Amino acid sequence: MSEVATGYNFAYLDEQSKRMIRRALLKAVAIPGFQVPFGGREMPLPHGWGTGGMQVTASVIGQQDTLKVIDQGADDTTNAVSIRRFFARTAGVATTEETAAADLIQTRHRIPETPLRNGQILIYQVPTPEPLRFIEPRDSETIKMHALREYGAMQVKLYEDVARFGHIATSYDYPVMVNRRYMMSPSPIPKFDNPKMDRMPALQLFGAGFEKRIYAVPPYTQVTSLDFDDHPFEVQSWEESCAICAAQDSFLDEVITDDAGSRMFVCSDTDYCRQRVAQQEANP
Amino acid sequence: MSAQTAQWQDVAPLLQVRELSKFYAPGKGCGDIDFDLYPGEVLGIVGESGSGKSTLLNVLSARLAPDAGQVIYQSEQFGELDLYACDEAQRRVLMRSEWGIVHQHARDGLRMNVSAGANIGERLMAVGERHYGNIRERAQAWLEAVEIDSSRIDDRPSQFSGGMQQRLQIARNLVTHPQLIFMDEPTGGLDVSVQAKLLDMLRGLVAELGLSVIIVTHDLAVARLLAHRLMVMRRGQVVESGLTDQVLDDPQHPYTQLLVSSILQN
Repeated sequence: MSEVATGYNFAYLDEQSKRMIRRALLKAVAIPGFQVPFGGREMPLPHGWGTGGMQVTASVIGQQDTLKVIDQGADDTTNAVSIRRFFARTAGVATTEETAAADLIQTRHRIPETPLRNGQILIYQVPTPEPLRFIEPRDSETIKMHALREYGAMQVKLYEDVARFGHIATSYDYPVMVNRRYMMSPSPIPKFDNPKMDRMPALQLFGAGFEKRIYAVPPYTQVTSLDFDDHPFEVQSWEESCAICAAQDSFLDEVITDDAGSRMFVCSDTDYCRQRVAQQEANP
Repeated sequence: MSAQTAQWQDVAPLLQVRELSKFYAPGKGCGDIDFDLYPGEVLGIVGESGSGKSTLLNVLSARLAPDAGQVIYQSEQFGELDLYACDEAQRRVLMRSEWGIVHQHARDGLRMNVSAGANIGERLMAVGERHYGNIRERAQAWLEAVEIDSSRIDDRPSQFSGGMQQRLQIARNLVTHPQLIFMDEPTGGLDVSVQAKLLDMLRGLVAELGLSVIIVTHDLAVARLLAHRLMVMRRGQVVESGLTDQVLDDPQHPYTQLLVSSILQN
């Protein structure tokens, strides 16, 4: 474990910035799915590496909290390791890889397989917060579309999918309606994770550092994925099971193992996979 | 024509325009515009470029707020509506359900990065249709109605010719069965034979669907072919108005006389 760095405020950001971000967060929680602008600060890593999520984490983390950071479900990838070490050094908080033991989970592109409980906070890193961007490049117009709940145009994206592929081929960043009011980008999580957002007991916070937007889904809020009546929403499924833990219910990554085309499927959630292996070893 | 006029007078006007004006600077824009448009009527607005035609069309179609005056529209959903005193939400609902706007350049009215089918289906989805099969079926029917081969439903408008793009734009507007269509130079930039085909199709659709149309054009041939009634504009003012044949065959105002005499007679 690295040393706690001196010369920085607790969790790097100064207290005034944290207050500003917390105010944005309160507004976001009060209006589920609504994008709240905030004064994004510079963080000591480039935009697009999770600065939005980090600013949210820095604003809500407490000294007694335990932090978990995942990137594509894994605890051991570069982005996850550096952000976890950043908070271990600047805030001196405990960190964990175990989903159930964490109070805060900052994530890039996945929701953990282990169901979250009330009291936990899931913080997403978001590259493009505006779900309507594909169909409408003007911000002035998308704001109006949100205000007037004009979401018909969003179906155009799904229509194009069905027309070209015969099914809704959008597989990540799949648009959702929050609390039957605001359309929201769930960040680029696979659509496999969309059903987990619906009525999740944990608080979900979203931070977009580049576009300086914060939004949130409070615990137990309805989140539904868009679809057509004759092409209902479906999640990915695999014929294989995890090569390490044999899980059949988790999101699998395809890993190429040599130049001859061999490949294996493994859980993308490393903590879930590790726990299953430990369980299988304990009860053979 | 006179039987039709009598018929119009029995029903309430669809659009009532009262002392409407919009000036960007003194002399630039349009002013003192007063007229009624009845259901099923095609009104042509003609005049030289810079005479305020397009400005007037934008003000009428709720895309540009006027400096003074009123536009009152008889809506199917909302009843009588003062366009610039009502809620913006209502105006936007009108634009995607009861109105159609055909732009001079098809690129302004189409989504160029999605397929023709999605372009037509967008309005259906905007008014709440959520059944892919139905959307597809109606998109196909409308492509055929505007004489585009329905096998091109999944092609993007950028792969279409100019005339096809213009027809696609019309189909996209008509799919929700609007009452009122605004057209800004719909035949501009098309070659003469394509223009003729488009006009022929438009005339058929207008008669078949009983549409009310306000069409802006500088081409008097287009006006004669489509419009029941004409307003001639010059320097932001209406200088003459009346039945199309009357205005074109017996122009009263010197400017209209000039305009009419400037077209080649055959």
